[in-house]
Amino acid sequence: MNKILVGIKRVVDYNVRVRVKPDGSGVAVEGAKMSINPFDEIALEEALRIKERGAADEVIVASIGGADSQQQLRTALAMGADRAVQVDPGASAGPGDLGLEPLTIARILLKLVEREQPFLVILGKQAIDDDNSQAGPMLAALWGRPQATFASKIEIAGERATAVREVDAGLETLEVDLPAVFTTDLRLNEPRYVKLPDIMKAKRKPLETLTLAALGIEPAAARVRAVRFEPPQQRQKGIRVKDAAELVSSLKEKGLL
Amino acid sequence: MAARILIVAEHDGSTLNASTAKCVTCAQSIGGSIDVAVCADDAGSVAAQAAKLARVANVLAIENAANAHPVAALLAPQIVAVVRSGQYTHVLGPSTTFGRDLMPRVAALLDAPQVSDIMAVESPARFRRPIYAGNVLVTVEVDAPVIVGTVRTASYQAAAGDGSAVIEKPATTGVEIPGHSRFVSVSAAKNDRPDLQTARRVVSGGRALGSSAGFELLYRLAEKLGAAVGASRAAVDAGYVPNEMQVGQTGKIIAPELYFAIGISGAIQHLTGIKDARTIVAINKDADAPIFEVADYGLVGDLFEIVPQLIELL
Ligand SMILES: Cc1cc2nc3c(=O)[nH]c(=O)nc-3n(C[C@H](O)[C@H](O)[C@H](O)COP(=O)(O)OP(=O)(O)OC[C@H]3O[C@@H](n4cnc5c(N)ncnc54)[C@H](O)[C@@H]3O)c2cc1C
Ligand SMILES: Nc1ncnc2c1ncn2[C@@H]1O[C@H](COP(=O)(O)O)[C@@H](O)[C@H]1O
Repeated sequence: MNKILVGIKRVVDYNVRVRVKPDGSGVAVEGAKMSINPFDEIALEEALRIKERGAADEVIVASIGGADSQQQLRTALAMGADRAVQVDPGASAGPGDLGLEPLTIARILLKLVEREQPFLVILGKQAIDDDNSQAGPMLAALWGRPQATFASKIEIAGERATAVREVDAGLETLEVDLPAVFTTDLRLNEPRYVKLPDIMKAKRKPLETLTLAALGIEPAAARVRAVRFEPPQQRQKGIRVKDAAELVSSLKEKGLL
Repeated sequence: MAARILIVAEHDGSTLNASTAKCVTCAQSIGGSIDVAVCADDAGSVAAQAAKLARVANVLAIENAANAHPVAALLAPQIVAVVRSGQYTHVLGPSTTFGRDLMPRVAALLDAPQVSDIMAVESPARFRRPIYAGNVLVTVEVDAPVIVGTVRTASYQAAAGDGSAVIEKPATTGVEIPGHSRFVSVSAAKNDRPDLQTARRVVSGGRALGSSAGFELLYRLAEKLGAAVGASRAAVDAGYVPNEMQVGQTGKIIAPELYFAIGISGAIQHLTGIKDARTIVAINKDADAPIFEVADYGLVGDLFEIVPQLIELL
């Protein structure tokens, strides 16, 4: 059976402008709208398309987080995933608002990989809350398998896959043997909308909850600790110019042209 | 214990990428000794360029036919071998697509935590970095014998080029390089415009440009200014310009002296990419567009009228 494992992180929605708590102890996210990390939605969409093309049999979504991450897993099931796994890190969750370290996330995902034996793992290129951009390559390293990060195109051909990667220079094509880890870039696809009947159907799809102990993972002490959160420096409000001529003369005056 | 820092150089086989000199500046603020690793097929000229970076002690030329193109899975074990034998305490790479692909793989093989997008160093174990698309800055303290980091290049100036490091060829012969990943090709649009990531002036266009033809107007303006051209995600998604031109949280983070945002609304994900621009000019027909909140010079109006006038005036 050809399985695809997709990582689903619950994050503050990208439209929410978060703020630092007044005492600098963390980020005020209480009550904020939560969503699937946008890159993970793209990862799931890609997995579903690969399955719909007949190249995979099952799409498994996994989220590491508290009980509330089940909401995002339900959404993922409604989008079309076949089953979901929630790994509850329990008390070993990281300090403050930093969350688990990506290397810990990668270790947990590796356990799921060993259990499920997927031929593809698709993660987001970054989580838009911590902006770490680490978990994909870390999982690939621990697993000893190829990685194709920032993918904007994935083609499966038997035991191999070709990925087009969005790199600073342009588009890179990389060929990898499977199994392998892919991370998604924005232009890989446009995720489908969830339809109401699918939300009803998703309620009956399997969602399993696992503890770290059940996966045989020893909770490790956090090695990266947040000591202070602060807002970025605000830019000074600028001036309005009335036309192109005034813009050019203002810039010249400042020695910018 | 004094820090021993290894920087993984980014290059295209012949030229050292400017991001490496910025990593050196970041390393200087950590203190301790600084070495640079150059993985290449033939490291010759790139190693010579790296050896000129101020305060770099040694350049380690890691030569292997497999290093002709940077494939993270192939480079990582070689870097790990060098880190182990050289007993480095810090391994840094740029926060470009090269570094973001490679460094976490290195970190995992070393069982080391990674700090991404370092924008300031408070001590050898304390770093500041942006999270939530730059809406929050967090200072982290790392407790580990080896720390891996990516350096937010927009936060650092390039190190001076007056150094004279010793070039060495470390033995990496025992290292097993996997055969499961193969570089096929890279297609980069060739043009004579300045590089987006290092240009002193950048002209960016958004959805409002309406087409690739619309962007021709910006190329003409950029030519007058000697500027690089960037774009919003909307313009890239619409296919007006290629992906390497995207500026923002998930595109390039840049720090030009002068930035023109033309027909760009100013979504937070875009603003993340230009926080360090010295001067921002916004041209938008909507007087309430959020871009005006960060612009030093705002001009409300139709870009298709204003940009030709600018080209005339310059
Ligand atoms: C996970 C994620 C990551 C993202 N990463 C990025 C990123 O890296 N970079 C990025 O840019 N975006 C990114 N985005 C997208 C971002 O949220 C915005 O959708 C995008 O920046 C909008 O692009 P735009 O300003 O060109 O288009 P719009 O928001 O549509 O703005 C067009 C602007 O042009 C103006 N206009 C229209 N016609 C004219 C005219 N004739 N003359 C003058 N002005 C005119 C309008 O008033 C409007 O303000 C990301 C989004 C997500 C969810
Ligand atoms: N808690 C989590 N649960 C499931 N997947 C995760 C989690 N954290 C990170 N990931 C995956 O790893 C990707 C990169 O995350 P990061 O390294 O934190 O930027 C995300 O897009 C997810 O696909």
